[in-house]
Amino acid sequence: MAKVIEDPRPTAKERLNKTVDGVQGSQAWNSIFRPGSIFRKGYTDSPRNRSYVIMNSVLYHLHPVKVKRHAVKVSYTLCLGGLSFFLFILLTVTGIFLMFFYRPEATAAWNDISSLQTSVAFGLLVRNMHRWGAHLMVLSVFLHMARVFYHGAYKAPREFNWVIGVVLLTLTLLLSFTGYLLPWDQLSMWAVAVGTNMMGYTPVFGSQVRFVLLGGVEIGSETLLRWYVLHVLMLPFVIVIFMAIHFWRVRKDGGISGPL
Amino acid sequence: MTEIPEHLLKRAQAARDKAAADAGTPSASDAPAADPRIPAHLLERSKAAKTKADGEGGAVAVAEKVGALVAAAPAAGGIPVGAGPGGHTQRLLTVVKSGSIQDVKATPVDKVHTWPHLLAAEFVAALACTAFLFFFSIFVNAPLLQLANPNRTPNPSKAPWYFLGLQELLTMFHPMVAGVTVPGIALFALILAPYIDKNPSNKPEDRKFATSIMTVHLMFWAVLVMIGSFFRGPGFNFVFPWRDGLFFEL
Repeated sequence: MAKVIEDPRPTAKERLNKTVDGVQGSQAWNSIFRPGSIFRKGYTDSPRNRSYVIMNSVLYHLHPVKVKRHAVKVSYTLCLGGLSFFLFILLTVTGIFLMFFYRPEATAAWNDISSLQTSVAFGLLVRNMHRWGAHLMVLSVFLHMARVFYHGAYKAPREFNWVIGVVLLTLTLLLSFTGYLLPWDQLSMWAVAVGTNMMGYTPVFGSQVRFVLLGGVEIGSETLLRWYVLHVLMLPFVIVIFMAIHFWRVRKDGGISGPL
Repeated sequence: MTEIPEHLLKRAQAARDKAAADAGTPSASDAPAADPRIPAHLLERSKAAKTKADGEGGAVAVAEKVGALVAAAPAAGGIPVGAGPGGHTQRLLTVVKSGSIQDVKATPVDKVHTWPHLLAAEFVAALACTAFLFFFSIFVNAPLLQLANPNRTPNPSKAPWYFLGLQELLTMFHPMVAGVTVPGIALFALILAPYIDKNPSNKPEDRKFATSIMTVHLMFWAVLVMIGSFFRGPGFNFVFPWRDGLFFEL
């Protein structure tokens, strides 16, 4: 006669739940996630939990819990400022990858790029993404500035944030320009020659400015090392500081401007 | 005169009606004397005050009726509970509007939660941007020309595209003007824009002058960059890209 035997072993789902409870109850887990974090107590959609998502995560540094309704309309900002920042992150990630395969010496640089393209897995793809991403970032920062101007978003109390924005635009151009030299091919070398010749006409200090930029009287290995350090360390360091101030002021000045 | 909310007025009216109906019955009017908890001398004082008040007019009419009711309830039910009109234990003295005692600084703004409304949009934008860059990079390779050679100048040699406007100016002006003065003034004007523009409005119809100036400025550079990028060939001479080919590398 058939008899239903109760299986004393826990099902996979029960075991999983028990494991999840154990992990979420552990000291290590609770030290990582703040009280109220959705990773501690689970997420069900409620206004309270929607607030907690921001409030108990690092995102709180970037975003307030609530934003003006018009601010989330894509047609208002076109996401340009956020995309500029995102492209900066993307460029940092791809740039770090490229740094593993690159030596800033006149004898090695071009060969490193060349062999990166041919013998490193995804080397060509990552280099392409870095190159096109840089052009895209210059473009998006430009468009962001135009958008902000046409919305009158530089007006009080946002005057100073506009000034920071212009500094960020300049830094973006400098970052792109310093990166331009690094492949050490005919295109980059002569583009930089044209650019630095122009800066050599700075009144009074012209030749000194040019000397400092080139690390000598003409473009050479010293220039490459100098621009490499500027490109991978100094300018990113400076731009991150200005970005931090920029984002902080966006919130302190009452979120994004408008509506029109 | 402060506005009293309608529901409170209704409630007070209902209480008054009920009190009037109760006062009509003999048991209610006799009740105060029968209450054993109130000392006799207080009842005497209260009665004297009431007769005096009746003579003066209806100013404390409500208070009198409430007093009657408060006294009446225990007598009727035997429960020691103070009850006002309609069973309420409090009376509305006045309504103080929040604006008169609080300094309200901000008017409420129509807001939405950052999660999911803003974060979802940002996530989609970031994904779209990554996808675009990814696929563009699969199909279009970044240029890598021959090894740099200081002894062989390519013709034409061009700056990166965002500096080609300046290089274009270089064909018209002295290098100090084209390379330093003009971009310097442009940058300086850009920084000073919020301090020069005193117009407080952000409505496009109020800012026709600012909008025109900026558009002229942007178009000026855009046209110069386009000419420098596509219409300049060997020797930086003017060419037509559809006739002489493209002399432009990104």
